[in-house]
Amino acid sequence: MRTQALIIGGGVTGTGLARDLALRGIQCIVAEEGDINSGASGRNHGLLHSGARYVATDPDAARECHEENEILNKIAPHCIEKTGGLFVAVEGDDEKYAADFPDLCSKCGIPSKSLTPEQARELEPSLSSKVFAAYLVGDGSIDPFKLSLENMAHAQKLGASLLYHTKVTGFEKENNRIKSVHLVHTGTGQGTVIEPEQVINATGAWVAQVAAMAGIKIEMLYSKGTLLVTGHRISNRVINRLRSPGDGDILVPGGTVSLLGTTSVRVDSLEDLRPTVEEVDLIVDEGSRMIPTLRGIRYIRAYAGVRPLLKMDTKLDDRSVSRGFMLLDHKDSGLENFVTVPSGKLSTYRFMAEKTADRVCEKLGVSIPCLTRTEPLPSTPSGMWTEPALGPKRWGKGNREEPLLCECELIPKNAIENLVETIQEHHGTIDLNAIGLRSRVGKGACQGTFCGKRVLSFLQETGHLKGPEGLKSLGEFLEGRWKGERPVLWHSQIMQAELKEALYCGSFDLESQGKPRQS
Amino acid sequence: MKPASKPLECELAIIGCGLSGLSAALFAAERGITTVVVGVTGGTIFASGLLDLLGTHPIEKGNRWRDPWAAMKALCVDQPSHPYARLDRQAISESMEKVVSFLNSEGLPYLKAGNRNSEVMTPLGTTKYTYYVPQTMWHGVQALQKKQPCLIVGFKGLADFSAVQIAETMADRWPGIRGKDIVFPGSEKTAGLVSGDIMARDMEFPGNLKKLVQQIHPHLENAEAVGLPAILGMNRSHEIVEELSEKLNALVFEIPTMPLSVPGLRLNETLISGLSARDVKFFTPNRITQWKKDADESFLLDVGPRDQKKTIRAKGVILAGGRFWARGLRADQDTIREPLFDLPVFQPGERKNWHRKEFLDPKGHPANSAGIEIDNLFRPLNEKGDPALSHLFGCGSILAHQDWMRSKCGSGLAISTARAAVEAFASQAR
Repeated sequence: MRTQALIIGGGVTGTGLARDLALRGIQCIVAEEGDINSGASGRNHGLLHSGARYVATDPDAARECHEENEILNKIAPHCIEKTGGLFVAVEGDDEKYAADFPDLCSKCGIPSKSLTPEQARELEPSLSSKVFAAYLVGDGSIDPFKLSLENMAHAQKLGASLLYHTKVTGFEKENNRIKSVHLVHTGTGQGTVIEPEQVINATGAWVAQVAAMAGIKIEMLYSKGTLLVTGHRISNRVINRLRSPGDGDILVPGGTVSLLGTTSVRVDSLEDLRPTVEEVDLIVDEGSRMIPTLRGIRYIRAYAGVRPLLKMDTKLDDRSVSRGFMLLDHKDSGLENFVTVPSGKLSTYRFMAEKTADRVCEKLGVSIPCLTRTEPLPSTPSGMWTEPALGPKRWGKGNREEPLLCECELIPKNAIENLVETIQEHHGTIDLNAIGLRSRVGKGACQGTFCGKRVLSFLQETGHLKGPEGLKSLGEFLEGRWKGERPVLWHSQIMQAELKEALYCGSFDLESQGKPRQS
Repeated sequence: MKPASKPLECELAIIGCGLSGLSAALFAAERGITTVVVGVTGGTIFASGLLDLLGTHPIEKGNRWRDPWAAMKALCVDQPSHPYARLDRQAISESMEKVVSFLNSEGLPYLKAGNRNSEVMTPLGTTKYTYYVPQTMWHGVQALQKKQPCLIVGFKGLADFSAVQIAETMADRWPGIRGKDIVFPGSEKTAGLVSGDIMARDMEFPGNLKKLVQQIHPHLENAEAVGLPAILGMNRSHEIVEELSEKLNALVFEIPTMPLSVPGLRLNETLISGLSARDVKFFTPNRITQWKKDADESFLLDVGPRDQKKTIRAKGVILAGGRFWARGLRADQDTIREPLFDLPVFQPGERKNWHRKEFLDPKGHPANSAGIEIDNLFRPLNEKGDPALSHLFGCGSILAHQDWMRSKCGSGLAISTARAAVEAFASQAR
């Protein structure tokens, strides 16, 4: 197979880049080891930064965020909720930091409005009575799954292709170029060889491993961040702690729920990343200083992602290492057609894609300008069902005749049918995890207890899962959910977990299937 | 202020109306003990209807036992703190027989394979080992054992039961199994979901059975057995199953369903109506809001919301309040508590030790062995290891040192410890 550009990694960078190149008429293939947004792109706050968070530590990043925020609000409004944001300082926080904040914002061109603590609490009644300073900024909430699915769907419509569950196993080099890339499907084991003119490594936390296969050394640091999903939406706006960035200091509304985080824990390995009980407790402690009710409420699950950081100055703490955009052109290491995008931010994904595409075009010897700054991102069925409130909205509008496959999130069977069609159109693997990624299935209070079995039934009835594939897919889905449930199992969620285990273990004996032992 | 109404007097108050609480009420009623049951929604309506005794031991090896009594012997040696280890085989066996013969006399017959476990199908297409099987499911045990050509029938709109999914999952070990969805008689025009309990009651209308036979017939082919979701009637399901078997000339059987399951409802309704007829009083759905000890050591239990508050005065109390789902235990962020009597709870330390990394970890989750500690008279213990309160007894899944979900011992544990608690009450408090 030949292509002009092979993009390795189907996260927000890779899919954004695919759309950018496709809009310029460049033929490209995205190879993704898992599914869309398998890495940090799918494990973050979904925060569209106003830029204000970085005004003290990284003014360039702050400006970039602000500019991109405005662009994305124009080109992809269906992926964004324009919530607005608050920065609040509570008793004990650095008063100087709070006092300097508005000036720093205006230096970066970021609008902010000072509020009295009373005004802030009027806007957000859950705020602590210990708030002493508050500013209103232009933060928003962005759905990273919808964003990547729509970017990819548009790119595919323009001729790009996507290889799901396809892993790079090696590069063949010739005359200072990558001649071919060897890939293998992780499910079937089938191999593919692609001869690309240009290769872009957009694998996020995995860039070093991929580059190493081409003989290029990149030193990375990994910082794990854990987030919590609340049972209901706590605030209308994004709420940021007005202090030097730290643990548990951002609460972002995500449709019907809120996302609270994060932590920053240095990890050496990317294997077995899980949110821990200790991190969860720390986030609840810190978050409750801004919003006291965060201590008593229900948390549905936790999740953890990795911030990939390019190793430059190890004396800085991980949040201070610039996460602004960088592009490594491996021309300097003797490979002319290979670039790596080592790190970045969700809010500035478009900008990173633009700059990377510019470089790729330059290498291809074409000069076609970037269109993503103004070209609206089309809304398609691919990304439709990631939206938290869509199920209830549609159901409320008379879609009640259709059987529900998920009662927590009110997802009707025909929504899953549509999703399966879109996955098929894009040649994806159809299983429970793929459905879960593209919809609210498994995201509600029961965490897959009932919807897991119903979607499994649907996939077996329609022949997408055959024989024992069904239970295997169900097991993977339940374990995926469990990873996030485990650290928040107290109060209501331990009750839910007990119901789940009573059914799957107590009634179905799922744990001993496939290993029939008998005494 | 309204004068407080006179307390309701009884000998025994049972807290919890799941299988353990209801069994305790049965054993108490049998002894002529005046009994009151307080509880919310009993756990039995979440039940599959199967009565497990002991299916798996040791859980980390996933050994499934055909002989539950041999399994129990091994369990009591390996885990001397398990509640079963406080009972002998005869006591456990008698308690099971008692409950089953009661259910039988109330029109809900159960069967078992001698003294052995039977392998039954689940609504996920897996199988499990259980002891007593509702008669309506019995043909399924035989069909599975012999791998007879079998048709699994599902109903369009019955969401949590998929004939095709079951057949697909079982096909590897049962080549002659097929799944087919049909329309339930009378629901041809109803789109959307149909619920199991409504279907079960509809099945008892004359004419529906005949229609169902007509619907199934074209799909029978070579099937010698026909499995359906457990919705075949509410009160006379075994008769309906027999009639269907005859008319289809095949072994018809029910397969348990997800909650709220009809076999669970049958069990719940049968127990409650039978016990009510034996003068057991039910204060349901209610929780105890407050309790204290009277001067004579009786319990004074306040029940219900403030404006409708009732007080029960009981010589003794059996706590059969279940675990987290039933709120017999409560997990705070850092500790597991027993919220009503504030009994000490045996638990695995900090929250990070409560659950393992994998949901299906064969070792099971330590939080599921948390619970209240008891002595040989089933009296909950205080921190010093003495009975916490005079005339308080505990039974069922709230007890520590057992994992009923992994061991498949929920019903046996509920029933046998209920009997032990009632006997202890009778010997101590009467």
